[in-house]
Amino acid sequence: MGDLSAAFALALDLVLSGDPALWEVVALSLRVSLTATALACLFGIPIGAALAVGRFPGRGAVLVLVNACMGLPPVVVGLLVYLHLSRAGPLGFLGLLYTPTAMIAAQCILIAPIVIALSRQVLEDLHAEYDAQFRSLGLGRAAVVWALIVDGRHALATVALAGFGRAVAEVGAVMIVGGNIDHLTRVMTTAIALETSRGELALALALGVVLMALALGVNAAAQGARLAGARHAAV
Amino acid sequence: MRPSEGAIPLLQARALRLERGAAVPVNGVDLTLPGGGVTALMGPNGAGKSMLLHLLHGLIPPTDGHVLWRGRPLDRLGRRAQAMVFQSPVLLRRSVAANVDFALRSRGVRDAGLRDGLLERVGLAGLGRRPARALSGGEAQRLALARALAVAPDLLLLDEATGRLDPASVAMIEAVLIAERAQGTTILMVTHDVAQARRLADSIVVMDAGRIVGDGPARRFLDAGPRAVPPPETGMRRR
Repeated sequence: MGDLSAAFALALDLVLSGDPALWEVVALSLRVSLTATALACLFGIPIGAALAVGRFPGRGAVLVLVNACMGLPPVVVGLLVYLHLSRAGPLGFLGLLYTPTAMIAAQCILIAPIVIALSRQVLEDLHAEYDAQFRSLGLGRAAVVWALIVDGRHALATVALAGFGRAVAEVGAVMIVGGNIDHLTRVMTTAIALETSRGELALALALGVVLMALALGVNAAAQGARLAGARHAAV
Repeated sequence: MRPSEGAIPLLQARALRLERGAAVPVNGVDLTLPGGGVTALMGPNGAGKSMLLHLLHGLIPPTDGHVLWRGRPLDRLGRRAQAMVFQSPVLLRRSVAANVDFALRSRGVRDAGLRDGLLERVGLAGLGRRPARALSGGEAQRLALARALAVAPDLLLLDEATGRLDPASVAMIEAVLIAERAQGTTILMVTHDVAQARRLADSIVVMDAGRIVGDGPARRFLDAGPRAVPPPETGMRRR
């Protein structure tokens, strides 16, 4: 209890004092995870929608693969990205290893299957409801996909949140490809891991509290937006 | 209602059959809609009326037989010349106006004036900004009708579109249908309401057990008496 009390007190002190080191880590965490989530949604939602609407040979196998990838181990993803970005790797010439860009790539790969699989499920249910109407209107495949994305926007916001939650809480992949370099690639999760290994449990717990508060705040904001949107669309 | 000599009918069904497992909801239906007027499709529940409508609209493929649109097999272009109002309207999770806009844009039309005109025709003027899913049952069905009319269909199919509505909504929809008929739109509507058929229909087709068991001009048919559904052996004209 003493450690916890001290952690909360320290967290409060760090937040209220506007500790620049803390906010630098928080800002980088947000930048990396939000960018990774945005990219994963940019590609993942249309792919999920296409899987929801499309019927093609091997679709079942693709769905099994996507669902299986939802549980990708972060360290394996980190290792694969590391191997590609390392100097000897096929993308080594880009010089991205140990940069926030590499961390974004790793998180994006990690959460893309989540976004694809959940989007597919959400939009497939919606498509079942709209299918006869869409076919009656004679819509093409692209128009159907776009209409489903627009009408499923509130549920898809929840999908994006699930992806963000996975990304911001992830430590293994960003540790491998980012290297946890101070002022460059240190994010909250890697900072927590570092402080714990140093025995600075209070500081680690304080960072954990900030991370939790951040996740809570983002989810609350998204939930508020979702409810406001739902009231407007009466869904 | 009869096609002039040599004219190509708007829609023809030939030996249309639909199997669903052991059931045969549509069993060898031949039907011709020459174009123009209102045809009421009547018959008891389970007669296959809704399934026939879905087949004619190309929403489900027949097990056997085929549908001809202007003398050619029904394809996507033919389907886009039709519109259908379902028994339970499926409205998008958008505003009333956006629902009509969606149908207009499916035909490449962006015209707020046209949209507002359609909403006014169905008595929804001023409700454009309201969420479509917050509408009452009657309003929702009128919105579905406005959306169907937005595609300017040559053939309008209605599947018991007024079956669950209050009299005021029914009257409003019927007024729109009468106006559409006057503009040359062909209408095929499923209804259980003999009075409605009397008010609207130029011809009547009666189904039972997946087959057409009678058809003819509405007045002659409805004046025949309360047993408007004749047994198959009465020699009613089949197409």
